Amino acid sequence: MSAGAKKRIMREYGECMADTPPGMKINFDERNMTKWEVLLDGPDQSPYAGGHFKLEINFPNEYPFKPPVVSFKTKIYHPNVSNDDKGSMCLGLLRADEWKPPNKVVAVLRLIQTLMIEPNPDDAIEPSIANEYKENRKEFEKNVKDWVKRYAK
Amino acid sequence: MDSDDDFNSSPVSDEDFMGDQDSDVGLEDDSDFDMDQDDVGFETHDKDIFPTKQHYEVDFKVYDPRQIQASQDNQIAEVSQILGQPPEATAILLRHYRWNKERLIDQYMDKREEILESAGLGETAASNPPKVVKVKGFVCDICCEDGPNLDTFAMKCGHRFCVDCYRQYLYTKIKDEGEAAQIRCPGDGCNRIVDSKSLDLLVADDLRERYHVLLTRTYVDDKENLRWCPAPNCVYAVECGVKDKELMRVVPTVHCECSHFFCFGCSLNDHQPAPCALVKKWLKKCADDSETANWISANTKECPKCYSTIEKNGGCNHMTCRKCRHEFCWMCMGVWSEHGTSWYNCNRFEEKSGYDARDAQAKSRQSLERYLHYYNRYANHEQSAKLDKDIYLKTEKKMQQLQNTTGMSWIEVQYLDTASQALQHCRQTLKWTYAFAYYLARNNLTEIFEDNQKDLEMAVENLSEMFEKPIDQLQGLKVDMMDKTAYCNKRRIILLNDTADNLKQGNWEFNVSFP
Ligand SMILES: [Zn+2]
Ligand SMILES: [Zn+2]
Ligand SMILES: [Zn+2]
Ligand SMILES: [Zn+2]
Ligand SMILES: [Zn+2]
Ligand SMILES: [Zn+2]
Repeated sequence: MSAGAKKRIMREYGECMADTPPGMKINFDERNMTKWEVLLDGPDQSPYAGGHFKLEINFPNEYPFKPPVVSFKTKIYHPNVSNDDKGSMCLGLLRADEWKPPNKVVAVLRLIQTLMIEPNPDDAIEPSIANEYKENRKEFEKNVKDWVKRYAK
Repeated sequence: MDSDDDFNSSPVSDEDFMGDQDSDVGLEDDSDFDMDQDDVGFETHDKDIFPTKQHYEVDFKVYDPRQIQASQDNQIAEVSQILGQPPEATAILLRHYRWNKERLIDQYMDKREEILESAGLGETAASNPPKVVKVKGFVCDICCEDGPNLDTFAMKCGHRFCVDCYRQYLYTKIKDEGEAAQIRCPGDGCNRIVDSKSLDLLVADDLRERYHVLLTRTYVDDKENLRWCPAPNCVYAVECGVKDKELMRVVPTVHCECSHFFCFGCSLNDHQPAPCALVKKWLKKCADDSETANWISANTKECPKCYSTIEKNGGCNHMTCRKCRHEFCWMCMGVWSEHGTSWYNCNRFEEKSGYDARDAQAKSRQSLERYLHYYNRYANHEQSAKLDKDIYLKTEKKMQQLQNTTGMSWIEVQYLDTASQALQHCRQTLKWTYAFAYYLARNNLTEIFEDNQKDLEMAVENLSEMFEKPIDQLQGLKVDMMDKTAYCNKRRIILLNDTADNLKQGNWEFNVSFP
């Protein structure tokens, strides 16, 4: 990774510290600054409320010309998070063709929070969960809460 | 016009065709005595096999990279005249419109300014060519660098970044993501396309070359009637007029200059006579059921008489057990002697009577059996084609030795090559006839199809068997082999013409629906 990229990540970390989105904690290790650990509380106005989720943000070598990679380390029932051991997300800003180099990680963190309040079933990675979200909201919320109880307490 | 049509679609010409080749086979002993005459005979033979375009064939044209570039340049020149824009700007506009020139011309007449703006060619661009400048108090929003000596660049949208970041951005897009015609400004949320003038200013020569290669790529990708040959490292593109919505009525096999046969509809290897949608469904089914089916297409089987293990090492399906000399068919395990007679029904799956399939379990067993019947034959021809090729390669080597020792000319052993190619082709076709038959619902046409399939299969097995003969006998079999090769090719054409005609007319009924 280039010196420029490192400088940029440091700078972004500073900005995040100064203006951390509520309900979020970032663990930053200077010896391995391309991997951030984020602890995220389920937003109050969402069925994820009461859950604590661990996320990883990995910066590729080409950062910021390629987007950071987000993965949920805590299992989460969500149409936009892959239901496997990777817990990956690939929508909006996180896609190579959407991401622009001036975009910042903090925007990614806000996107994740927004998606927890309002999932995007039209750009889903888990079509069956998306379908349930669209057609049977009650069942969806029940499953979300079930998973929060099981994995995110 | 009328008489032409009549000639093409007349069923009589097919009849003639079949009568013709029967007499050819009868003639094989006659032409044996004179090599020269035989060679001439082979040539006329060849013309008989490929008289005109066959019903299953489609029109297509192969283009090399120079021709692709030229056709691109022609279009640019043509549209450039209509729009009154220089060729360079016209190229940008055409790419912007994915080479849909009608739409471009239409909209250009309507809202010229807007279109020029969105393609990065606004009025001011002409008087204000893109340039790199230093800006006081500038901080790059990508790398956070600042300083009075920093070179910066922005397009007309005003999203300014340092030149290094701009370059790096373009580099990532072109090198890693293979983008060319649709690279957007790096500014957050900005959709302005990076025009080629700005690009030329910013990127190095090696990248510029790659950029132009990619632009040519997008030309072919954007055109509905053009497609790259999918063979590895092939640089040709093929033009064909068959549209996506016609693919249930025609199987558009094209033949690239690199010798690869592929389907213009789906880019897979030639899959005549099965339509693309059927091929897709079949391949998916095979992938899903591979475990069930694999065991049955294994490379070893037991002799149906003495149960000793037999390994197949040639493409021919006529097996003789080494131990008990029992002759049987590898595909159906039936007695071989019955295969040449009217009893032959190796290719046909006999639907069991209703009472056999009373309960659900029996039904599902029968549907599995039915699938395995077709899958087994499909896989077998695929496997046999490989084995035929192996044997041919071995034979070719030996023929070369023979050539050296006996002084036979290279041209004299070419019949082996022709025969091997015919086998490959016919087996490829046979393979797909079984996928086709699997989805076929029985009607009055199925029997003709199965008869054609059977005839081709028998012809292929006959020819394939000859390849397994010892080398010293091969030379003596030359005439016979050439005849059998011609016969195989003819049977293949008959089968493909018949299926193609019925496909065109929508006469086939399938037991599943295709989207
Ligand atoms: Zn910069
Ligand atoms: Zn811009
Ligand atoms: Zn090719
Ligand atoms: Zn196809
Ligand atoms: Zn035996
Ligand atoms: Zn058989």
